[in-house]
Amino acid sequence: MEKIKLIGKPVIAGNASGVALVSREPLSFWGGYDWKSGEITDRRHPLSGENAKGKVLVVPFTRGSSTTTAVLLEAIREGTAPVAIITTATDFFFALASVVAGELYEKSFPLIALSESDFDLLKTGDQIEITKDGELIIEQRN
Amino acid sequence: MTFTLSDKDQEMLQGAHGPAVKMAMSILARMAEVAGAKELLDITGAHIDSTVYIGDAGLEFAERLASLGAKVAVPTTLNVSGLDEHHWKEWAVPPLWAKQAQRQMVAYQSMGTIPTWTCAPYQTEMKPKFGQQIAWGESNAIVFANSVIGARTERYPDMFDVCCAVTGRAPAIGLHLTENRAGKILLKLKDIPEALQMGDDFYPVLGHYLGKITLDRIPVIEGMSMIPNDDQLKALGAAAASSGAVALFHIVGVTPEAPTVEAAFQGHAPQETIIVTMDILRQARLELTHTDNTKLDMVVLGSPHFSLAEFKQLAPLVAGKKKHVGVKFLVTSSRAMTQLAQQAGFLDQLKEFGAQLTVDTCILTTPMLPKEIEFLMTNSAKFAYYAPGLLNKKIAFGSLADCVNSAIVGEIVRDETLWKK
Repeated sequence: MEKIKLIGKPVIAGNASGVALVSREPLSFWGGYDWKSGEITDRRHPLSGENAKGKVLVVPFTRGSSTTTAVLLEAIREGTAPVAIITTATDFFFALASVVAGELYEKSFPLIALSESDFDLLKTGDQIEITKDGELIIEQRN
Repeated sequence: MTFTLSDKDQEMLQGAHGPAVKMAMSILARMAEVAGAKELLDITGAHIDSTVYIGDAGLEFAERLASLGAKVAVPTTLNVSGLDEHHWKEWAVPPLWAKQAQRQMVAYQSMGTIPTWTCAPYQTEMKPKFGQQIAWGESNAIVFANSVIGARTERYPDMFDVCCAVTGRAPAIGLHLTENRAGKILLKLKDIPEALQMGDDFYPVLGHYLGKITLDRIPVIEGMSMIPNDDQLKALGAAAASSGAVALFHIVGVTPEAPTVEAAFQGHAPQETIIVTMDILRQARLELTHTDNTKLDMVVLGSPHFSLAEFKQLAPLVAGKKKHVGVKFLVTSSRAMTQLAQQAGFLDQLKEFGAQLTVDTCILTTPMLPKEIEFLMTNSAKFAYYAPGLLNKKIAFGSLADCVNSAIVGEIVRDETLWKK
């Protein structure tokens, strides 16, 4: 086990921890995420078939549809959402889902933006702990 | 630079304009700060995408706002609904689902909006004007408004659009500001035959490639040898906003902010230049087909919603012909365009051909397709992109004429003349 620490920008601050699910490909939740189960269903996406429920989802940003926010909000209500999302850019669509989930259900989730070089260090299976200051403590298997 | 609210914004935030405005402004102000805005700006129009029923959370959001007395502050159109109120019983829509979808429609209609129920609000009389500041949801509408009309909206998600509509304000960020509308990457078309550019299937294919290669960088296309019409540009934008996060593209000599390459880049140099060849387009076209055989159960047209001009184009293709009994043929459009097509006499030929019409909604947003329909064909890159993930169906892409011919033959047939090596 190797531990690394990264400092990200807490777009939406909060604490969370979970196992990372990582892709360099942006993802649309509409047509790409089954909110009833947490499965990634975009058949053209490298994470197709993976389940993101309870995980820390690591994707650079959202693509496509305006409905990504709505699908993520359903997943939060249903309990099938990732516990946190890590991106490269400040992703407005993910951030809004967290803000509205806070407004409606008091269930916002942390959203952290990393520099591209830090983002590239993350791998599927890493154990990630996120603090409210945007600090990431990552345990990587060698 | 810090974020500041105007005095009126502050009043809204504190509840002086009622609880619905307060809720909308608290989300808007929080998100504007997240996006790094310095301030909010006035908008003069909105298009609400959140009308699409997904599940109970979206419905609870809509009904919360409606029950707090939300009213829109600017003229506001509504996107496709979850339900074709007149025809849903002809399809596999579960009654309980229909009830929830209708509740969501009622909630948004109660806010003083214009019930256009279309993903193509730019086809209606509410089409915005060049330079107009607006807050639009729906990815294809956003890219059309910015690129083809030169109106200004950021790429807004569901639920944020209504917060802007209710407050009449939007964050002063991104594509609202002139300096952020400059092109970033240059795509040069090389040896693309004009005959192909005149057709309808070139544009979704180019758009699909554009979205993948540019992601969220503003592309500038150079080397078009003709002026595409609105439907061709609609198809290009919808495709690019599905495979990528494109909210604005420029085409030199075609779109309003690109009279020249220099103007499109606002005097800056492109970050990257890409030569678009026929080989690239052939590959992109292949990617839009997600099936390995020629079986066909249904042709779906109208994503984004069919325009009057498309009805006019389709009518002579189907005139005097009948579709195969084993194939359904569906066109999705708005109430407004369908009525105009009816008055123009285009629908009679469609009906005789055996086509069905759905208004207000779309196969992607309502659970209308029965299980036994597995193999679809479309001329829309957007349908082709989303159908496998959203509907779990196999889908093939072709031109409008390919779609009609396939429906007649009963299996997928495509004219390869303009595409072959």
